[in-house]
Formats: sequence, structure tokens, C-alpha cells
Amino acid sequence: MEYNPFALQGKTILVTGASSGIGRSIAIECSRMGAVVYLTGRNIVSLQETLSLMKEGPHQIITADLTDEASISNLVDKLPLLNGVVQNAGMLERMLCKAAKAEKIEKLMKTNFEGPVLLQKLLLKKNKIEKSGSVVFVASRAPFAPSIGNAFYSATKGAILGYAKTLALEVAPKQIRVNSICPAMVWTELAKKDAEQMSTNYEEAEQKYPLKRFGKPEDVAYLAVYLLSDASSWMTGSQIDITGGGELTLV
Amino acid sequence: MDIKGFIENFSAQFEDTDASVFNAETKFRELDEWSSLTALSILAMIDEEYDIQLSPAEMRTTNTIQELFDLVSSKEE
Repeated sequence: MEYNPFALQGKTILVTGASSGIGRSIAIECSRMGAVVYLTGRNIVSLQETLSLMKEGPHQIITADLTDEASISNLVDKLPLLNGVVQNAGMLERMLCKAAKAEKIEKLMKTNFEGPVLLQKLLLKKNKIEKSGSVVFVASRAPFAPSIGNAFYSATKGAILGYAKTLALEVAPKQIRVNSICPAMVWTELAKKDAEQMSTNYEEAEQKYPLKRFGKPEDVAYLAVYLLSDASSWMTGSQIDITGGGELTLV
Repeated sequence: MDIKGFIENFSAQFEDTDASVFNAETKFRELDEWSSLTALSILAMIDEEYDIQLSPAEMRTTNTIQELFDLVSSKEE
């Protein structure tokens, strides 16, 4: 076989939020790099669409709602032994600090923090992650690059970043690695919806980035591939920015 | 709800624009102070004061305060 330390041949990887955007792109690139991918999300039709875009293989779809504990448990029971986990599922909703609403905070926290954390717990408890496995959290630059109305989303992503660092420490004895990706703005459905909510022209906003564009989902996917591969064997507890140079700007 | 009170609530979301600038025919998008912050503030005000949850897309269909008022009124029971 050709020399390629970044290959995912022989690896089984779970991708959450695989129905669209960055999660979809990660699933596709993992399949192209040789992995068997387990796709999860709520929408079966969108997951099938992701599957149709992937390189063929014995990939599987398991629908799950990560805000529901029973659904998470059902997902974990159906999973095989994994070499990689991509915790990507998440949502964004803007809300001014002065207009904070308990039920909206709860929904954001549940989707972006509590769900991933409970999934992680069960994956560990049921020994679903192989020794030397890799866990990747798709977080955000948001906690470090404030933008109007983004306090609560930022807080959920900041929470997951803090969590991931400790998790890295706790699973290190099993040689399991945990790293987080912090992307600046990436062109996805979520971003398009966000642009609508912000009444801002994101085509103009991306010109403020030194590389003159927001990210593409595959920009983030290639980084995820690296973190899932054996090439990153000495990386754990890291938070990696991927920003097109737009460090202080989100939009 | 009445337009007078709505205009007052609307203008209260602005820091630097004088209250006298605001009337039913004000094209709010053309104000210097119009931004994503004021836009989100207006949506939050409508939610808070009138208990109407307007989407940003819905708000974008309006240009004057009167048009926005009419939209909010049309959603009130």
C-alpha cells in the first residue's frame, strides 16, 4: 500500500450531525480516506443524502436525537467498536443578552453541550472506543471572537472546550486522544440562516478575512481527518483554530 | 396596540438617534444606527412587549415603522 500516514483505512468512525454542513463533509472525507463511517443525526432523508455522496463502503446510518437520553443510549448500543468519534452536532441561535430566555438557553445547552457529553459518557462506559482512538469536538472560534447576539452559543462552545480538555486527561491512560477544532465562519446552512438572523451581508463580511473568504466545510473536514488519523498520535487536549486568518472576527 | 406606543418602544432601542427622528413613515433601515444589534433589539422588543415572535425574514419584508407595526398587529389575536 502507498505510504500515507493520514489514511483512515481500517478505522471505524462515528460522525454526529452528519446530515448537513461540516458533519456531512467530514463523513464524506473520512469515507474517501478509507474509513467505515457511522452517520447519525435526526433526519433520515438528509443522512441518506450524505451517504449517497460518500465513497462506497459498509457505512451505516443510525438516527438519533442527541437531546434525548434514551435515544443516545439506543445509538450507543447499536454502535460497533470505534476508532474515531466526531462530536459535531450542534445548533446556533442568536439572542441578545438583554433578551435571554431560559428555554432557549436550555435548548442551546442541551444540543451543544449536554447531548455530546452524555453521548461521550456512554461511549466510555460501554467501552465503545478502541485503545488509541481519537475523539474530535467541532467547537468554534465564537468564545474568542465575540459577535452580537452570540453570547449563548459562545458559552456552549466554551463549555465544550473546557470539558474536552479534561476529558483528554481522563482518557489518556487508554491512549485515547481528544482534540477540538475551532473554526471561524464556515459556509453552511447554519451560517446562511445566521446571516438571515443577523440581517448582515455575509458575502461582504467574508472579505474582512485575510484569505478573503469564510471556510468551506471541507476545510474543516481535512483537519478532522488529520486528527482522526495516526499522523496526530501525539496530539491530545489541543484546540486548533482554523480561521482563514480571521482571528478576531467572526462576522 | 397603538402606533404611538409602538414608535416609542421602537425608538427606545436606539442610543444615538434622537427620538424625534422616529415616526410612522421612518425608513428604519436607512438610519445610521441601524445594525444587527438594533435589528435584534427590535425583534426582542416585539417579543417582550407584544408577545409576538417575528422571524428576521419576516421583518425584512418591512421598510417603515408603520409597515412593521401592521405586520405585528396582523399577528395579534
